[in-house]
Amino acid sequence: MDSRIESKIGKAGTVPVVPGAVRRLRRGRWREVFIETFLRLNGFIAIAAILLIFIFLFKEGIQAFRTIPAGHFLQSQELDFDNVPQTVRLWQPVGQNPKYSLIPLLLGSFLVALPGTLIATIFGVACGIYLAEIAGKRTREVIKPAIELLAGVPSVVIGFFCLATLATFVQDALGTTFRLNAMVGALGVSLVIVPVIATMTDDALRAVPGYLREGAHALGANRWETITRVVVPAGASGLVAAILLGMGRALGETMIVLMATGNAAQVTLNPFDSVRTMTATIAAELGAVPQGGEQYRALFLVGSLLFVMTFLINLVAELAVARMRRRLAL
Amino acid sequence: MKSSAMVTPRPAREAVSNASPAKVAFGGVSFSYPGRQALSGVTLDVPERRVTAIIGPSGCGKSTLIKSINRIAEIGTEVKVEGRVTIDGQDVYAPGVDLVDLRRRVGMLFQKANPFPKSIFENVAFGPRIHGASRAGDLDQAVERSLRQAALWDEVKDRLGTSAMELSGGQQQRLCLARVLAVDPEVILMDEPCSALDPISTARIEELIEELRERYTVVIVTHNMQQAARVSDRTAFLLNGQLVEVDDTETIFTTPADRRTEDYITGRFG
Repeated sequence: MDSRIESKIGKAGTVPVVPGAVRRLRRGRWREVFIETFLRLNGFIAIAAILLIFIFLFKEGIQAFRTIPAGHFLQSQELDFDNVPQTVRLWQPVGQNPKYSLIPLLLGSFLVALPGTLIATIFGVACGIYLAEIAGKRTREVIKPAIELLAGVPSVVIGFFCLATLATFVQDALGTTFRLNAMVGALGVSLVIVPVIATMTDDALRAVPGYLREGAHALGANRWETITRVVVPAGASGLVAAILLGMGRALGETMIVLMATGNAAQVTLNPFDSVRTMTATIAAELGAVPQGGEQYRALFLVGSLLFVMTFLINLVAELAVARMRRRLAL
Repeated sequence: MKSSAMVTPRPAREAVSNASPAKVAFGGVSFSYPGRQALSGVTLDVPERRVTAIIGPSGCGKSTLIKSINRIAEIGTEVKVEGRVTIDGQDVYAPGVDLVDLRRRVGMLFQKANPFPKSIFENVAFGPRIHGASRAGDLDQAVERSLRQAALWDEVKDRLGTSAMELSGGQQQRLCLARVLAVDPEVILMDEPCSALDPISTARIEELIEELRERYTVVIVTHNMQQAARVSDRTAFLLNGQLVEVDDTETIFTTPADRRTEDYITGRFG
């Protein structure tokens, strides 16, 4: 269609034009084409980057299976002191008989991410509801940037705070055996994802059309009933997305968990035990292993797994948002 | 519209002017939003069990006028109200007025049908639920009665559990009417209820208004003068926040007293 327009303008006489206007128009068009192409490229770069990361991770990760039997990522055999073989689930990549069970790492990640998400959900959703439905304009203008500021605190600072202050406090308050444990990490991680959940909850609820609130009020619903029976149910999918994205962040959080969880890779379901997450394992070990070695590849496998998990969580979150838009016919 | 001659009003039933007591009364009402005055000195009686149409050009304060009755106009903003708005003689802006009760007595239909993204049943049951009905039998009964009154029952009785968002625009607006009727109001406000509907859906709503008049006091804001002429007993013409004229609909559309009313209804402006 573009070329047709141009050819029409090009054949002088078809369209009466002022001399010079054609040149100006052409130059303007080129500029537009250039800007459009540039912007489009940038859009594709994001997709390309994800694809490349994906390929790169998997290319290395998949090679772990060349030397390590697949079953060993769950459990392996070890001779005890009486030379009796025992089944062990350990992540112990260094030594004569390296063990690569992913189970302690997966448990560690979830023991931090699930309580962390739970805590952040309680505060984040409450905060988002307050921002969207209750806070006046002026209060909102103070609180929203403050929350965003919290999101901007470097995670190493939060990790330091957890390690130095929060861990002692938790131990004094709850009398835990280990000073650094999954719960300390979870609390630290929740600090990072409360802003994510709060902001997204706020966005989701503000996307709920005002005429639904008006309709509820007009039927005699008070503010509380309007929020709990109309606005929150209408924005429920958005809230789910907010929580899932928070959980994705919690799973991917590295520095805080590296500093605050005690880094003991063990099979436990007790959130007050020291644990080691997948992310912390990669961060702590990858820098110290020879490139291309067995452990190097095993760490890439851990990374690939993490990538897939967060990718799936984010995907579900996106679907939830799409569902909400459809449901509200936005 | 511009070229059309005067609209033919519905045949007069009876002179309403002095026949029916005022259900809702505005006494010198001025209403302002921050930085904008929407109504100034409006005095108007809305007769009981009649349909009163409010007409006037965009931005003349029609919506504010009806939304000041159920105090929806003040939600999310600061407003200043002078004068008195009364229902059955009671000032709705008096201190200590129970807004929940006020809004139960005064239901409202909006310009855009606004069913909640819930099932058809839950939409209609919403009002009764928040006003304390909880027995399943009562709710079922209220829902059926309201849907029948809104002429929607036969179309939806087999799918009460499906989402209200799947209904057509006209059905959604009738569902909203059923939702209003379920709380047993005395006054029903309608803010251009047909502006987003096709002619057939509009006709159905107008038929319903015809039936509602027997039990309820209806105030309808409309842009459509034919509609005002078709459905209302009384018509009030509002301009720039002031009441220009109010009279029996037939009188307004045949022998308006004010030059501006005549100009508006003959399409010279607006």
